[in-house]
Amino acid sequence: MSISVRDVHWSAGGLMIVDGISIDVAPGKTLGLLGPNGSGKSSLLRLICRLRNVKSGVIALGNTDIAAMARLDIARRVAFVEQQATTEAQVTVLDVVRLGRTPHRGPLSPWSAADDAAVNAALRQVGMPERTGQLWHTLSGGERQRVHIARALAQTPSELLLDEPTNHLDIQHQLEILSLVARLPATSIIALHDLNLAAMFCDTLAVLHQGKVVAAGTPEDVLTEELIANVFGVRAYIERSAHHGRQHVHYRLD
Amino acid sequence: MVQPVAIGRRWWAHLALVTLSFVALGFIISLAVSIGEISIPLETTAKAVSNRLFGTAFELSRIHQGIVWDYRLSRALLAASAGAALALSGAILQALLRNPLAEPYVLGISAGASTGAVAVMILGFGYGVLTLSTGAFIGAVVAFMLVSALAAGAGGGADRIILAGVAGSQLFNALTSYIVTTSANAEQARGVMFWLLGSLSGVRWPDVYLAAPVAVIGLVVSLFYARALDAFTFGIDAAAALGIAVNRVRVILLGATALMTAAMVSIVGSIGFVGLVIPHAARFLVGPSHRRLLPASAMIGAIFMVAADIVSRIIIPQQILPIGVVTALFGAPAFALILYKARRPV
Repeated sequence: MSISVRDVHWSAGGLMIVDGISIDVAPGKTLGLLGPNGSGKSSLLRLICRLRNVKSGVIALGNTDIAAMARLDIARRVAFVEQQATTEAQVTVLDVVRLGRTPHRGPLSPWSAADDAAVNAALRQVGMPERTGQLWHTLSGGERQRVHIARALAQTPSELLLDEPTNHLDIQHQLEILSLVARLPATSIIALHDLNLAAMFCDTLAVLHQGKVVAAGTPEDVLTEELIANVFGVRAYIERSAHHGRQHVHYRLD
Repeated sequence: MVQPVAIGRRWWAHLALVTLSFVALGFIISLAVSIGEISIPLETTAKAVSNRLFGTAFELSRIHQGIVWDYRLSRALLAASAGAALALSGAILQALLRNPLAEPYVLGISAGASTGAVAVMILGFGYGVLTLSTGAFIGAVVAFMLVSALAAGAGGGADRIILAGVAGSQLFNALTSYIVTTSANAEQARGVMFWLLGSLSGVRWPDVYLAAPVAVIGLVVSLFYARALDAFTFGIDAAAALGIAVNRVRVILLGATALMTAAMVSIVGSIGFVGLVIPHAARFLVGPSHRRLLPASAMIGAIFMVAADIVSRIIIPQQILPIGVVTALFGAPAFALILYKARRPV
């Protein structure tokens, strides 16, 4: 289903964090959310899965306004991977991934074969099917991130929101996770810092700056030398990669 | 850290474990009834209980019959209910607040309940309208709200709630002492101070009729929300993103915790460390999943408290220690051990 955000505002502590944002993601496509620290990326993701309520504006999944949906119905469709969520509980990889089935089960319904199938598929997709018994606190930062993504996939979402999912990952796993998300049939929004990875894996990009969208469209349209200078304060040279055909950003220090 | 002892997902293992724990609880309660200043053989105990429950007519001395039924059995059942309720409260609070040190005593909820009960008992607040238990419940809720507000005001987070709990405990304990020293007569004061340390003396059947249902209701309600508690593993936002109505769940479960704590404090006083230590022991045995952790905590809490009561009655001849003293003697070192294990890797 498509995700559409229409003129959404949200403030916290008197500060306008999300200031009139409108974006659209077509069904099955992947949107890369770019922007410097504090530009409102995480807040926007939280608004889209209604962990926070918009001050004004409308967020819709397909044709349904999420303000009119029950929390459980949102959770059955939208999975969210936070930045650096951790725990001190003695949980195993399997315990965490099984949490993804929570919205699909009643309070008393037993664990089903469908739940098992979803959990096993999710573990395979992030390459951790043999790690089910390992305790959370023995995992590296990158492994924890992959377990969180598996938990989100076990939710069998039609919309997937990821807040900087490649933080802590080595380059091999960054590429694996992003190509996995790009391949998934789910409509996805990924907050990212790496402009080159965003250009490689996202169908469209939206650049946030001080709570506003300053550019949106295909990577070719969005990633310009002028925009990078304005938003990130960095000089860059951009060319089409001879290797993968996507935009490639070279940063310049001179 | 230690791996939880693996208890497989096989149903017969669970059935065996559940059966075994009920047998253990029954055995320790029988022991508690038999042991005391007047030692009563287990057989006599069984006969006395059977006479009352099933209308059998075994020949027994009136004194034995009376001691078993009117004093020791009610006392043992109350100890079991209180142990179960306090351990459950600890397991719930540790999950909701995501803090391994959370429990009613540490968070000042028990202290607030004591203040509420003492206010009703000595100052006569709401005389005739409020019972001791209602006073304790109001005190527990007020204390928890105050501690939460203090923790939120200090920036929130798992560490703040414990610091706020310490402040709350001190405040309410001071209030209780103030009420006792200014308003109570000597007789009342002695009774209250003994009762604040936790004491099972003077427990009768009507107390059991309050405590046992509260413990059972607490278990049923929290079991209904067992999956929601699991979902809190990674915090409130993570739970909400999994479809948990976090505000409703928190209000209901914190309410259940306040109710259980208040009921127990109003009857047996403020007993520390059971809520802290028992859930950790249960986690070690059955793992972190609340569907198993909650019943296991309740069961181990019940067994532990009955055992602590036996110890409190036999450790010094001719004298009964307050049970809170016994639980603290076990609990304080365990608390230190948990603190030590919960420290962040440097």
